[in-house]
Amino acid sequence: MNQIVKITIDGVECMATKGQYITDAAKENGIYIPTLCNYEGVKPRGSCRICTVKVNGRLMTACTTPVSENMEIENNADEIQELREAIIELLFIEGNHFCPACEKSGSCELQALAYRFHMMVPRFPYSFPQQEIDATNPKLVKDQNRCILCKRCIRAIKDEKGRSVFAYKRRSRHVEISIDPKIGKSLSDEMAQQAMDVCPVGALLVRERGFVVPIGERKYDNEPIGSDIEKLKE
Amino acid sequence: MKNFTQKTIEKYHHDKTRLMDILIAIQSESGHISPENVTQIANELNMSEVDVEQTISFYHFFSMKPTGKYSIYLNNSVVANMMGRADTAAAFEKEAGITFGEVTPDGLIGLFETACIGMNDQEPAAIINNRIFTRLTSFRAKEIIRDIKDGKKIEEMFSASFGDGANRNNLVKSVVTNNIRKIGPVLDPDYKVGEAIRKIIRMKPEEVISEVKHSNLRGRGGAGFPTGLKWEFCRNAIGKKKYIFCNADEGEPGTFKDRVILTELPRLLIEGMAVAAYTVEASEGILYIRYEYKYLEEYLEKILEEARMKNYLGKDIMGKKGFNFDIRIQFGAGAYVCGEESALIESAEGKRGEPRDRPPFPVEKGYLGMPTVVNNVETLCSVVKVMLNGGDWYRSFGTSESTGTKLLSISGDCRNPGVYEVSWGFSVHDMLEMVGTTGNVQAVQVGGPSGSLIGSDEFNRTLGYEDLATGGSLIIFGEKRDLLNDVVVNFMDFFIEESCGSCSTCRILPNVLKKKLEKILEGRGVEQDITDIETWGKFLKASRCGLGQTAANPILTSIKNFRHLYESKVQTRKEYDTGFDLQQAVKEACEASGREPNI
Repeated sequence: MNQIVKITIDGVECMATKGQYITDAAKENGIYIPTLCNYEGVKPRGSCRICTVKVNGRLMTACTTPVSENMEIENNADEIQELREAIIELLFIEGNHFCPACEKSGSCELQALAYRFHMMVPRFPYSFPQQEIDATNPKLVKDQNRCILCKRCIRAIKDEKGRSVFAYKRRSRHVEISIDPKIGKSLSDEMAQQAMDVCPVGALLVRERGFVVPIGERKYDNEPIGSDIEKLKE
Repeated sequence: MKNFTQKTIEKYHHDKTRLMDILIAIQSESGHISPENVTQIANELNMSEVDVEQTISFYHFFSMKPTGKYSIYLNNSVVANMMGRADTAAAFEKEAGITFGEVTPDGLIGLFETACIGMNDQEPAAIINNRIFTRLTSFRAKEIIRDIKDGKKIEEMFSASFGDGANRNNLVKSVVTNNIRKIGPVLDPDYKVGEAIRKIIRMKPEEVISEVKHSNLRGRGGAGFPTGLKWEFCRNAIGKKKYIFCNADEGEPGTFKDRVILTELPRLLIEGMAVAAYTVEASEGILYIRYEYKYLEEYLEKILEEARMKNYLGKDIMGKKGFNFDIRIQFGAGAYVCGEESALIESAEGKRGEPRDRPPFPVEKGYLGMPTVVNNVETLCSVVKVMLNGGDWYRSFGTSESTGTKLLSISGDCRNPGVYEVSWGFSVHDMLEMVGTTGNVQAVQVGGPSGSLIGSDEFNRTLGYEDLATGGSLIIFGEKRDLLNDVVVNFMDFFIEESCGSCSTCRILPNVLKKKLEKILEGRGVEQDITDIETWGKFLKASRCGLGQTAANPILTSIKNFRHLYESKVQTRKEYDTGFDLQQAVKEACEASGREPNI
């Protein structure tokens, strides 16, 4: 039996199902909490930290924290907004993101968030890392320049035996995504497409296909990310 | 090698949660884990190769390239540098003919750097093939390399007598010294093994919890969570099986007290784990020890065996029907973040040591998804004394909020570095008098790099949860030390390299802050750079674990307490400086084209 609990988000009383993650509860109430590493149907990991909210005064990630009775959530506090802007900027300066030349432009979630948060130029200096493009896989190209290390591909794509196709390699700022040399070779077209769709940025691209959806008709070309959720409220 | 790998995998029953043990065995046997090993492990454990590699590449002491027949890991901590590491390092390089990060062409010697190895009281120190060499000098470095070239075994390379106490034990034979300088209730050698178990098995588990709660004992790793409450949560949690973890992964630079407990009081620790097990009804214990202390392995295995013989472990312990509990040792492989309890559990499950999202907390869902208590070494030892003498007795030490005693690991510019057990509420000033300092003390790093750097105007502050909370690492810096260049930069490098890389904030921001710091140190900084660091540092609070949340502390606390050092280095007549040197940037292109820059 689903137990209904009462929570407040920025002072507004909301109903939610006990145990439901804060992001989902907010969504059902027409409130958008930005997410990036989170992906529907995949276990949340809380690694990008963009969905950070204040829960009863403490910083928590909304995608991994289940709601409970009388939880007080702050989503719009200045401190939270500033933190989110900073995280978006950090992700930009960490890699090499050249939107105009990217296949994902217009359907890229990082780009869409930058627009939504009115990012002009990051406050942090760019790091211009030297990153490799891995084109050894027959179906996919991996461009580490654009990867934001959200782990979506790691978590979402497994082979029929449940083994990982993607994994982290190394640690700290040296971390990168690697594609399994053996299992990766037998990726089906569907799985390759799924990997590209799961990737919030343009780090995983299906080979020999590009710009199927023209610029101007892409997901975030005409309205900001999160609009679909906020429309629920109206 | 194929056979060895196969045997190792079979020894661990093709269990992928034991991947760490499998990798440690292979790394120790052949000095690296080859791509062929990875393929074999992946096939046998039904994992993908990238999955095996993601664990290997996470840990400092695993390598996919050969590390030499003799792998020398020289500590690069602040205190090692203060004690003359540079000469030792140069001698190693010169004599071996390679630089750090390299292996000699004949594959004989590998030279590597490593973060604090828990020997701050006897630096410079190195790990060579899992054995510890302390108090190194350039002379010793030369001797060691010559011994290696002469084909000597590690055991034949120690030039001094072995250390004190159990360091002389046949199964340890180590030159490490304990340096126990002040004994209190926990370190008191006058204690009868098994008394606490005998006492608690006549009590109800709830009564044990209530006594521990009454003592007000809090976690000694640094976070200070009430131990009794943690046990109660775990006892009340539902699970088919429960686990007791002892966190002996002390990785905070400057701490070494757990090393001393593991060496001198392992029986006390085992008893503490048994008390915890009885209380929460756990049947299995895991003693997670940092890789740096692998030299204690055989000795500790023997102590465990002895505890089983005496029925302090095993079935129906001390005649108590149904009280079954045993302990296994799990080694780490070089990762500071594994000291965080959920990362420790991940690591013990054979994975990358990435902290978990909480809730759920380990007490509800920990090791293999079962309720798990993770306690610090010192906490578990303290618990035994609490149960023997009572909560009231324990409360007679320390302050009302911080009851009992604390083991301090003190190092740096002082006459008697070592382990001191003091009552909480001890002031920094008294601590300095206790260890004996020469000359003026400029600063003390309280609680290691994740704690704070304080100056003399704060030496009247006291150690305790209500004031200066600490896991016990105290590093003293004399007046001649360059705090920014020698201390803060080193600590920042440490945090940058030790981040697990999962949270965006902790993976990216510390490096951004360090670059700002470098800009200031190079004389290109402006006042704004200092305030930027302060503002930006706050974003780290959104990180998942304590490492990320405190990763800017070396810079932030030194700005707070030594702002003049920063201000003396920034340009006063400038409000803005890009920190970018255009002349330098176009130098190479100008030289190639033979043109002068038109700036």
